[in-house]
Amino acid sequence: MPKKDLANDESTLDRLTRLGRKLRGQLEDEDEENLTIDTRVRSKSNVEYDEEEGRLSLGDSYSTRKFLNISHARKFMQTTLVANKTKELIENGRTASIREVYYQLKHSVPGLDENTFEDQDESNNVVVDIETATGAIREDLHLFAEPKGRLFGPITINDSGDRIDCMNMGTSGLAIPSIVDHFEFEDVNADFVLVVETSAMVNRLVEEDFHSEHNAILIGTGGQPARGSRRLINMMHNELDLPVYVFTDGDPWGYYIYSVLKSGSMSLAFQSDRLATPDAKLIGMTMEDIDEYDLEHVTEDLKGKSEDSGGPTKDFKRIQDVMEYDWMQNDQWQKQFQKMLDKGVRVEQQALASQSLEFVANTYLPEKIENREFLD
Amino acid sequence: MADDKITEDAVQEGTDHKEISVAEFFEKNKHLLGFENPQKSIITVVKEAVDNSLDACEEEEILPEVQVLIDDLGNDKSRVEIRDNAIGLSREQIPKVFGKLLYGSKFHKLQQSRGQQGIGISASAMYAQLTTGEPVTVYSKQEGEPCHKFVVRIDTEKNEPEILEDEVVDPESDEFPGEKDYYFDHGTTIEMNIEAKYTRGHHSVRNYLKHTAIMNPYARVVLQEPDGNKIEYPRVSRELPERPKEIKPHPHGVELGVMLRMVDNSDARTISSFLQNEFTRVGRTSAEKVCGEADIDTGRRPNTLSKDETEQILDAAQEVDLQSPPTDCLSPLGEDLMLKGLKKELNPEYSTAVTRKPTVYQGNPFQVEVGLAWGGDIDEEGSFNELRYANKVPLLYKKSACVTTKAIEDVSWNRYNISQTGNRPQGPLYISIHIASVWVPFTSEGKEAVANYDLIRKEMKLALQEAGRKLGKYLKRKERKQVQEEKKRKLTSYAKEMGPAIAQLADEGDSDKIEDQIQAMVQADYNPEQL
Repeated sequence: MPKKDLANDESTLDRLTRLGRKLRGQLEDEDEENLTIDTRVRSKSNVEYDEEEGRLSLGDSYSTRKFLNISHARKFMQTTLVANKTKELIENGRTASIREVYYQLKHSVPGLDENTFEDQDESNNVVVDIETATGAIREDLHLFAEPKGRLFGPITINDSGDRIDCMNMGTSGLAIPSIVDHFEFEDVNADFVLVVETSAMVNRLVEEDFHSEHNAILIGTGGQPARGSRRLINMMHNELDLPVYVFTDGDPWGYYIYSVLKSGSMSLAFQSDRLATPDAKLIGMTMEDIDEYDLEHVTEDLKGKSEDSGGPTKDFKRIQDVMEYDWMQNDQWQKQFQKMLDKGVRVEQQALASQSLEFVANTYLPEKIENREFLD
Repeated sequence: MADDKITEDAVQEGTDHKEISVAEFFEKNKHLLGFENPQKSIITVVKEAVDNSLDACEEEEILPEVQVLIDDLGNDKSRVEIRDNAIGLSREQIPKVFGKLLYGSKFHKLQQSRGQQGIGISASAMYAQLTTGEPVTVYSKQEGEPCHKFVVRIDTEKNEPEILEDEVVDPESDEFPGEKDYYFDHGTTIEMNIEAKYTRGHHSVRNYLKHTAIMNPYARVVLQEPDGNKIEYPRVSRELPERPKEIKPHPHGVELGVMLRMVDNSDARTISSFLQNEFTRVGRTSAEKVCGEADIDTGRRPNTLSKDETEQILDAAQEVDLQSPPTDCLSPLGEDLMLKGLKKELNPEYSTAVTRKPTVYQGNPFQVEVGLAWGGDIDEEGSFNELRYANKVPLLYKKSACVTTKAIEDVSWNRYNISQTGNRPQGPLYISIHIASVWVPFTSEGKEAVANYDLIRKEMKLALQEAGRKLGKYLKRKERKQVQEEKKRKLTSYAKEMGPAIAQLADEGDSDKIEDQIQAMVQADYNPEQL
């Protein structure tokens, strides 16, 4: 593979160098008693929902990481190591997985009974810190994650010169890499994008030839969608003007997946403009489907305790949390959650198989699309 | 008062019911006297003798030397020899002290002393006689006088000493037992054979002497165990605590039995002068008030009072406002000696002591002092260790019934950086609590636990809190220092990683110089005294 030079490389290097010079400046300055790095606060308190744009954005709260604060020191050291490593990657025209970076930097700290990094979570967190501290995103830093999610459908994608016909991907599909910004879309013959939560449902739809019969790009996220999938959905919607339908389980976890695709997530709120697709619609499962498709007998009770009986815990807690998010404050959603609480049940995508295996592909989804029966 | 209760029982049994021998009295009361089993009995024998020795030394301001030798004679019998360097006993005293049950100088005196707790050494002699059939041998020498050797039995029918041998010996001859290097110009040695079980652990002679050594750092105590093992508890101070003054009873702190005896023994011609002479803080006005309240003529002779009238006077006295008794009758160990004792026997990392001011409880002056010892050689594992003392005598038994234990549980130790399980502090900690009083209120006649009176518990709690605050401050400072040191250690290592990383990231500057700059920053930040 050729060396990777990205369009942003120069500005990314500049951002990283600036971080280094700032630290050096603090050391040279006699009045300065500490080393500091400013990162944006990535917790719920600093996340705002922009109603106009329909997505989450990060507020202006900064937190200052101080080297001489013992609870920050380790992370501070880690941040300089990872920042320096990414600079090296860019300078050498290489990319690396965040796991490789972890292994490259992991070693025992001289004089201490600890390693620079104890597990990959530590280095992953530091990467996000560097993103918010420098304003350069992970992709710009030449870092990628394991592929997650797969794609089938009437589209040809040009990936670094290789043309991939996504209609000929067998039963496994195109594995969606974590960096998709360089994808070029060719020969598009799709009418819409269908994002599917569970891998099993993707398999079902592929077996029923749903993607070819309905000109659908099927994207399986395998649960909570990774950055690559989210970015790809965003690109397909914006560049190809394709409607995006999201198909999840009828439970708070499924609806949250939809919400992440549509509005963005709290931890990556600073990248919502790249990752979120505010026009995405939820096609199912809805609470109404239970009655409409006679699924009462295949629902499952919500797990945990309700608020009235010592809870909320588990599912009940999750419902309460999600119901309270700013971006869930519309009647449609509140009604869904309220019904879920009233019925005390959740309904899985696979429950549709109680009708017949092909029911979902031949009846459920086509009817919904035909009738434009979506939640927004 | 517990002492007097036993005394009176004995007196009655000795006079009115002559047919009951002192042997029977002993058998009946041996659980109160500390002779309920062979393991405890040997501790009691040592305790009675050592307490007497220390009291006798202090009374004459002699730095105490006490030697305890124990030999195993087989068949659950031991030979116990205890020797001191006190003033010694006169030839006339010796047979009575050892050969007559309940003979003692301390019953009628209100003065803080150790012996108050015990029943006297004659009970040990009685025990020896009943378990081995053998008499006790006593050597005693007063300064400038010959050394007397007595072999004494108790005539259990008459409660009178039966002298088997009475001779003068040369203390430097072979007739005198033990090591010649342990000889003083004055002192007493007693020898007896008893049924005993010598053990180790909490309830043991060794632990009793260790506790004694902690509380009496001006004494040198040597123990030779049956296996020949010799332990010396060294003297670390040549300073004796101030001698307690004798005090007359205060009407608010006296009980009817004592009052009756005082009336009997009094030579006073009038009740008024009886009250003024025999009690502290009673003047003419107070005496008149008491009699007025009791509706009894002040001019009557005390020996004309009936038991009920005496009680009337005592009750009346409780209603009359009287000045609190003087507190110079107390002899606390003092913070300085308390610390010395803890340090020499426990070798702690940190110790602190608090001596409270004297307080009066129902006419009885008392004073509390506590010591805390932390870390060092003290075992880290488990709960704290408790050292309980009444008038400098260790209390080894009935811990859970004792006010000290309650007071300890009243304190929030975790406020002083000491972890707690339930209400009990944990960690390498010794808590020493001493109550000094002319009259220590024990929970029972066995005199093994101090009663849980609010005022006493409160004094103990306040003392513990004050000492706890000092320990807490030390621990906090130490913890901060450890945190600061750990922080410096970490940051110093991190700086080594960061020097090259920052240099490369900045595309300028020298790795080593940047690392040095970070190290300088870390050093400037380090402040082990930071609080």
